[in-house]
Amino acid sequence: MTAVPRQTLEDHVLTALGTVYDPELDQPISALGFVGECAVSGGGEVAVRLRLPTPQCAPNFAYLMAADTQAAVLAVPGVTRASVVLEDHYTGAEINAALARGGNFDDAFPGETTGSLDALRELFRRKALVARQARLCQGLLAEGATPEDIAGMHVADLPEGVDGPRCRELRRMLGLPHGAGDAMLVAGDGSRLSAEELPRWLRRARLMTLSLEANGEICRSLLAVRYGCSDHEEVAA
Amino acid sequence: MYEKDGEKYFVFDSHLHFWDASPANWIPGQEQYAKGWIECFHAYMGLAPPETHWTLEHFQKYSVDDFGHDVFENGHVDHAVFQSTYLKDWYITGFNDIEHNAALLSEFPGKLLVNGRWDPRDGEAGLQQLEADHAKYGIQGVKLYTAEWKGASRGWKLTDPEAVPFLEKCDELGIRNIHVHKGPTIWPLDKDAFDVSDIDHVATDFPNLNFIVEHVGLPRIEDFCFMATQEPNVYAGLAVVIGGLMHARPRFFNKVMGELLFWVGEDKMLFGSDYAIWEPQWEVEGFIDWEMPDDPEFSDYPRLDTNGKKKIIGLNAAKLYGVEVPAELQLANGGEPAARDDAQLVEGAT
Repeated sequence: MTAVPRQTLEDHVLTALGTVYDPELDQPISALGFVGECAVSGGGEVAVRLRLPTPQCAPNFAYLMAADTQAAVLAVPGVTRASVVLEDHYTGAEINAALARGGNFDDAFPGETTGSLDALRELFRRKALVARQARLCQGLLAEGATPEDIAGMHVADLPEGVDGPRCRELRRMLGLPHGAGDAMLVAGDGSRLSAEELPRWLRRARLMTLSLEANGEICRSLLAVRYGCSDHEEVAA
Repeated sequence: MYEKDGEKYFVFDSHLHFWDASPANWIPGQEQYAKGWIECFHAYMGLAPPETHWTLEHFQKYSVDDFGHDVFENGHVDHAVFQSTYLKDWYITGFNDIEHNAALLSEFPGKLLVNGRWDPRDGEAGLQQLEADHAKYGIQGVKLYTAEWKGASRGWKLTDPEAVPFLEKCDELGIRNIHVHKGPTIWPLDKDAFDVSDIDHVATDFPNLNFIVEHVGLPRIEDFCFMATQEPNVYAGLAVVIGGLMHARPRFFNKVMGELLFWVGEDKMLFGSDYAIWEPQWEVEGFIDWEMPDDPEFSDYPRLDTNGKKKIIGLNAAKLYGVEVPAELQLANGGEPAARDDAQLVEGAT
């Protein structure tokens, strides 16, 4: 195996970290400021330190981010070892130890779980899809599209930028239809939203958008207070 | 009483504390949790205007004089309710148990009420304690913290069968106001700890009780709104919305208020400072000054007029707690605060 130059490897690792999402907020952990440190050695050893807005952020989401980070980094060609450490968290010791020995969530918290985190992850992917679809829909309406226009659009018409590609990705992960000819906006069961249904759907769906965005803003604020980084209101990515 | 532009407002703070989180009160072996908890709270204070920030040391433990000054002298508060929060696994005398809070009742006569608590995991002894607290302090409400640790347990749900006798006891004793606070840890850990669907169930089963969902169910405000719009006895506690967003995230504050006004309605929203996390002075003044901006982004949200502000800042909670409001501070049009019939399904809500 040919060693990857360190600079290139670092770029690839950072790109990989950008694909790790906070499952609750549906935003990349790097954009949220949760990656405190990422060090890449010449031998392909990667050390990542994650930091969260409070010491008591929910352990289930904290574990998912740490485990997803480890998997994403290990998948980068040229990485020989990935050590992920969650710092300043009340279950950091349990989570870090489980990751270091290749264990899962149950191993981290024996007796405190009843199953895997798959159901939790799916629930929040569904929320994220609703939230992103609502934001897209509001944008199209603001540009002058009618509900009839929007109901007739397809996946191929999804706008570029952040939300369109992420919607496709979420639909793929949820097992919902996501081919170019499938409906652009779908209900939870994957069915097309009609023009008549759209206004009522949007009234509910945009509350999901607000929930995720507001939670994200509170997390950013708390992280800024905790680690002394800059804090400002921004439109969620 | 707060007066602005010729209007007078009765201020009822439905959520405050008198806590001791100083290191001397940390349980040996549990220091990391006791310390982490108060430091987390202190970080939330960072969302307030900078001139109102305290040092961590002051925040860990403040005096009776500080309380009186911040809440009643400077804070415009007429009446307030302590939301006792025990956390006795972490703090020797509790974070702020009923006894600690009640010590202030005689210091500020006629201005304070204290709420109790219960925990279904306490069983029969807990029921007896609830009766004793009711007899001793005349409690009209309880604060339930579902993520509280107890031994090996990491929290509970209102739908746990063990909770039913406690809700029945509240109903029987007339302890009507059930404040529910969700937190990040609950068993089992693989489930969403912030899920509010258990409140939906018990709100239906106990129609005589009022369920005040603290910090409006954040971070699950969407689930909270969909539930509150269908349950006439579910209320929104605004601590965190006002304290956490109004100054730090004004655009989101506008939107969250807009959604709450649409889904929940001004009759079912209650001001709470969450003191000492935030000082009521800037919250009360800022809230009365707040107007939904005249901007297309907010164009289809309901507007809040002076009457609506009077309800939210005090009259709704005063009604729930049966606190008398001077005639000059009541609604000018003779309207009824905290009206349950406001809770019918909003058009387009389903």
